[in-house]
Amino acid sequence: MENLESILKQHPFFEGLLDKHIEFIVGCASNARFKTGEFLFREGQEANHFYLIREGTVNLEIYSPQKGAITIQTLDEGEIVGWSWIISPYQWRFDARSVDMTRLIALDGKCLRDKCNEDPELGFELLKRFSPIIEQRLVATKIQLLDLYGKDD
Amino acid sequence: MEKTIETNRKTNGQYDPLITHPYTVKRVINETHDTFTLHLGPTNGRNTIFPFTAGQFNMLYMYGIGEIPISISGDPSKPEQLVHTTRAVGTVTKAMRGLKKGHSIGVRGPYGNGWPLDNLEGKDVVFIAGGIGLAPLRSAMYQVLANRDSYGKVVLLYGTRTPIDILFRKELERWKSRFDLDVYVTVDRAIGTWRGYVGVVTILVSRAPYDPRNTVALVCGPEVMMRFSIMELKKRGVKSEHIYLSMERNMKCGVGHCGHCQLGPTFVCKDGPVYRYDEIDYLLDIREV
Repeated sequence: MENLESILKQHPFFEGLLDKHIEFIVGCASNARFKTGEFLFREGQEANHFYLIREGTVNLEIYSPQKGAITIQTLDEGEIVGWSWIISPYQWRFDARSVDMTRLIALDGKCLRDKCNEDPELGFELLKRFSPIIEQRLVATKIQLLDLYGKDD
Repeated sequence: MEKTIETNRKTNGQYDPLITHPYTVKRVINETHDTFTLHLGPTNGRNTIFPFTAGQFNMLYMYGIGEIPISISGDPSKPEQLVHTTRAVGTVTKAMRGLKKGHSIGVRGPYGNGWPLDNLEGKDVVFIAGGIGLAPLRSAMYQVLANRDSYGKVVLLYGTRTPIDILFRKELERWKSRFDLDVYVTVDRAIGTWRGYVGVVTILVSRAPYDPRNTVALVCGPEVMMRFSIMELKKRGVKSEHIYLSMERNMKCGVGHCGHCQLGPTFVCKDGPVYRYDEIDYLLDIREV
């Protein structure tokens, strides 16, 4: 059975990190499991974790009193869930809900934030890794807003 | 194009690419609330059956209303069943939607080149379709699946607006159930009881299972979607010369005479609609006037 260290080391997100940093991150990691329909986090809550999906699917949702839960994006195996833990004021902007039985690695963002303050090299490395994810999702959202497949295209 | 005309000349002797032939509607399928498929057969019998290549298009003429280019969405191994899928969006297609079994429609073609399927043996093939762009790719899918052992992984990534806009639903379900095919469908906006993926198709490009070093991608959809899909393909390491896209312009004559569909030094109707990306990448930034 793979341990957390080997899983994290093999994941492209952590590729190239120094061993000492991986070691520290492993110390902040734990296994997590969410049942179908269970929330990983909800909008407005304090953002103290991020997740790496090992198995299953997670929907990012926003709740509208008129329309109920609106799914904005689906995240799949191997993907990272959540970056609000690294951006002040460290509050979730969306809901994240498990679509099916989902197994993840939960990383303690609070512990990582403190460590990043002490060790800016680790902080920079993590920001470098989160920036492309933020950029990709921002671009995806812009494309969604274009309504490309509407009648006018 | 010359090649296509040659093929037809050989088949028919008297072929003239500008002559419209009468076809009869054999079947109409309402795919979604605004998209439909026409199955057509030649009114004058077998002498007007033209072989076609996946990715080519025909000019369809609604008598007294107008003529428009529509990609062929049927199986290239069954040219006697001419199949076209389109969306009721303009005057001609809206009239076309009113066609019933037994009605007549004019057809001339096929025009343009097709997807380069003969050169893909041993490669992973990734189909990336956006909206109605799935229609011209369906012909290519038929051909690839008919020769499935000749290819590596075959992946279909399909993005559309909402769950009610999903084309060829039953066929997608059948393809999904195959073990030798990976099918991912995503919608930009989830409505109703949709439990599938939500998000743009470009995101799927980054996560789908294929070997980028040995992949050929066939892309068809709105141009913005194609540009961003190509960006993601390149990020994954797919070479520009292994990316093909089907372009859409204002095609009128179908044989490169009228110039309406000019794209840089090329005519989409004659030199396209399928282009190798590295041969036209510089043209994608040109704004049409």
